[in-house]
Amino acid sequence: MFIMRKAPYGTIYPFEGLESVLIMGAYEQDISLLFIDDGVYTLRKGMDTSALGIKNFSPTFKALEGYDINKLYIDKDSLDIRGMTLDDLVVQPELVDEEMIPELIEEQDVVIPF
Amino acid sequence: MKFAVLVQEGPYQHQSSDSAYHFVKAALEKGHEIMGVFFYNDGVLNANKLIDPQQDDRNVQKRWSDLAEKGVELVVCIATAKRRGINDDILAPGFKISGLGQLTEMAIESDRLVTFGA
Repeated sequence: MFIMRKAPYGTIYPFEGLESVLIMGAYEQDISLLFIDDGVYTLRKGMDTSALGIKNFSPTFKALEGYDINKLYIDKDSLDIRGMTLDDLVVQPELVDEEMIPELIEEQDVVIPF
Repeated sequence: MKFAVLVQEGPYQHQSSDSAYHFVKAALEKGHEIMGVFFYNDGVLNANKLIDPQQDDRNVQKRWSDLAEKGVELVVCIATAKRRGINDDILAPGFKISGLGQLTEMAIESDRLVTFGA
């Protein structure tokens, strides 16, 4: 499982995290992603990054399906606190809460945080 | 136990690389196996042989190279290294540049992958 915790621009963690997800996806591993805290912003649709001079990489998350990466989870509290709903996102992850997250993590062989 | 280690931060700015080093050293002293240390994100900057801190400070790069001499595999991710100007010209002794396939392999074959990030 990869955990996306940080805002999409400002640091490179989510972008390089996504790069590693795509490459590991090619190794036919059972991959899942959890979006939590400011990491939920990486899925926000309609972002205009032109003023930053950095490519908007959020649409790339839509390509994960093509790599058979379908297990996407998002923390409901992190969305709520930021005034967002699933309608604001480029993909539709499964909503999880603070009770389900530790269980999800417990199920994993490997957890890589970004 | 068979450990793999992931270092996600560069030297000095963050403690991650120091902590990872101390972890690897302690694990080896306790008789555990270290499958390898994988450097990703700014972690690749630990492999810069031009690192030259003041005399009274630790040399984070050299400490890793010393561990490599004891047989610890140090692997730098090629994609993130290229982005940060780390290539064979400035690669410190004991490090090798490879792909995320190596991290995948370490993650599968180790008992635990331990990450050191911000």
